[in-house]
Amino acid sequence: MKLALGHLYPRLMNLYGDRGNIIALVRRAEWRGITVEYTEIGLGDKPKFAVFDLLFMGGGQDKDQRLIAGDFRASKGASLAEAIEDGVALLAVCGGYQMLGRSYRLISGEGVPGLAVLDLETMAGRKRMIGDVVLESSLSGRPRTLVGFENHSGRTYLGSRVRPLGRVLVGHGNNGEDGWEGCRYRNVIGTYLHGSLLPKNPWLADWLLDRAVRRRYGQAAELQPLDDSLEEAAHRAAAAHARARGPARRRVRGRLARESRDRTSGGAGLCPSTERW
Amino acid sequence: MRDFLAVLAGKTALRASRGLGRGGTSLPGRVALSVQPSILGRLARALRQGTVIITGTNGKTTTASLLAHALEDGGRTLVHNRSGANLEAGLVTAFLDASSRHRTRPDLALLEVDEATMPEAVRRLRPLGVVVTNFFRDQLDRYGELDTTVALVAEGLKRLDEEAFVLLNADDPLTTYLGRGRPGRVVYYGISDETCGRAVSDETREQRYCPDCGAELAYHRFYYGHLGHYACPAGDFARPRPNMAGRAVRLRGIEGSETHVVADGGVQVRMRLSLPGFYNVYNGLAALAAAMELGLIPERAAESVGRARASFGRMERVVVDGRNLLLTLVKNPTGFNQVLRTFFGSPEGDPSRLNATGDQPHSSRRVLIAVNDLHADGRDISWLWDVDFEILARPESGIAGVITSGLRAHDAAVRLKYAGVPEERVKCLPRLPAALDAALAATTEGETLFVTPTYTAMLELRDHLSRRGHVPRFWEGDLT
Repeated sequence: MKLALGHLYPRLMNLYGDRGNIIALVRRAEWRGITVEYTEIGLGDKPKFAVFDLLFMGGGQDKDQRLIAGDFRASKGASLAEAIEDGVALLAVCGGYQMLGRSYRLISGEGVPGLAVLDLETMAGRKRMIGDVVLESSLSGRPRTLVGFENHSGRTYLGSRVRPLGRVLVGHGNNGEDGWEGCRYRNVIGTYLHGSLLPKNPWLADWLLDRAVRRRYGQAAELQPLDDSLEEAAHRAAAAHARARGPARRRVRGRLARESRDRTSGGAGLCPSTERW
Repeated sequence: MRDFLAVLAGKTALRASRGLGRGGTSLPGRVALSVQPSILGRLARALRQGTVIITGTNGKTTTASLLAHALEDGGRTLVHNRSGANLEAGLVTAFLDASSRHRTRPDLALLEVDEATMPEAVRRLRPLGVVVTNFFRDQLDRYGELDTTVALVAEGLKRLDEEAFVLLNADDPLTTYLGRGRPGRVVYYGISDETCGRAVSDETREQRYCPDCGAELAYHRFYYGHLGHYACPAGDFARPRPNMAGRAVRLRGIEGSETHVVADGGVQVRMRLSLPGFYNVYNGLAALAAAMELGLIPERAAESVGRARASFGRMERVVVDGRNLLLTLVKNPTGFNQVLRTFFGSPEGDPSRLNATGDQPHSSRRVLIAVNDLHADGRDISWLWDVDFEILARPESGIAGVITSGLRAHDAAVRLKYAGVPEERVKCLPRLPAALDAALAATTEGETLFVTPTYTAMLELRDHLSRRGHVPRFWEGDLT
């Protein structure tokens, strides 16, 4: 089996260990005998995203995001949006996550338009949200934890057409207010989590690989399980570490509390009911 | 009166701390600052000549140590935060420590200063000069972004007196940009040897864009990370001519290097270093250039610098039960990559360096990686994924076993698994004393144990080693 992996802006958007996600995806595929064709997609490139099974975009400094914004929309936008609707698996971290949304607003008020493929928006914030994060996510069908490290001042708010990646147990999350982190739309995962994210959360790496494999080879294609005891030990250690020193999420009250209840129960309100993609 | 009380309280805390057998590199300073917040400036006024500050991402401690050697050999008495405690409390502690040792007023304060502390430090100390070594991505969680770090140092430089000198690394575009439009004395140092280094970099470069116009910088030579010879294609920014240049550099692996140095005014000296790698050539050049600014004779300064052995946790060699420990601090991806390349081989060095330790066969190297994520280490462990641990997986590196330790021992173990180091060769032992003992036990007598800790892990390891009598406590005088 083969998978085509595309890495968006690897030089400009490679802040702090994000390449660990590429390493994790490639290794975990190779350990299963899947060949990975890796392609870098940079400024000026106009690829046809339909050829990719799996995509990754990391984060960068504010000025790097400004630099790529125009190119992202002009040279990548249409083709990428189509691929996303078609179900390409994509992981977007930090800046990449923000840029898939409608816009990112700087403290100056200046708005940087995003790709508007994801129903979300990011505002600039004064306070930097930094620290260990533990999430609870039902992405794979049952509640599981995700661990990572966030470092962002942007506050992201999700619209009704996307769902969060998970509920914040430790840390700030998308905006430090509503208790949610990241987003999920079709086979796209957006998140603020570094760590790197995938190595200590092998189930999420496999979720992405699984989506990619099934899309290319049909629903019957399956990923062999791997021995993840080391990764899981690291995951547990990181979660314990985070709980010991991270800020516990503030309890939300009133309206926000009702909204969060609605999401959890999958009922009416802000979230569409569970869809299978 | 307040000043007196502050100093008294600080010195008491210092004595108590030493008496209890503890390092106390910041607490005494914190005590003094709590009594008198402006104590740093007051203490600096007692100096005969003044203060020299060294800042930047990598190389502060080593550059300061080399310069300290040259200055002390040249007869100067110093205040020097040799352990690397470089926030304000650490600086104050260095003054308190010096005054408890020297009967007379010291000549100079030689202080490495953390980048974020620069504006305050310059304001209070009013230094004679500042050395900026380089900027690499480091402890991003503390400052948010590299740009912020650079801006803080720039702010510090703005507060300098006009007569102060600024010494900048010509091979780092981020650093040289600080010299732009600066009145007063700006001196550049760099490596100018076209026969060494590489034409193409293989590391995660962090800044390759013109600080002026944002265009990608064109490089025709790389020495270390993004340091090298660069120019903006738009023509508005390029590497300045160094006032002090390393013309012919010969790296000798683990044993060090030899550089033919040429400086303005017809100065030519040979700089031998017992510290390895290009990164230390830069440190040596910075120390030499600073020594010259301070009036030392270049040949003597070069000799002193050549005699310097490894300082506090920087390629420190310690013999424990017949095993040779090489203790090297790691702080960020570029630094760690340099260490891995130096120890375990890369094309840019001398091929004989793989056997440079001389005393062991190829496939029996032992490594202890100790990673903490406390504030001083950097709280975001993601940086491990930017380090090329794949070097350890190569057969030529001759790794028999790696032990990972520290608060983030598991993260390091996972990183090694994904780097291709066979799982049976990696052991994860989070508790440092036990990990050190296991690593020593696994190393045969006469062979080398390579230890790469982050900052607080290094302090803990050295503490453990000094309890066992293997290293002097760092406050007990010079380490060499």
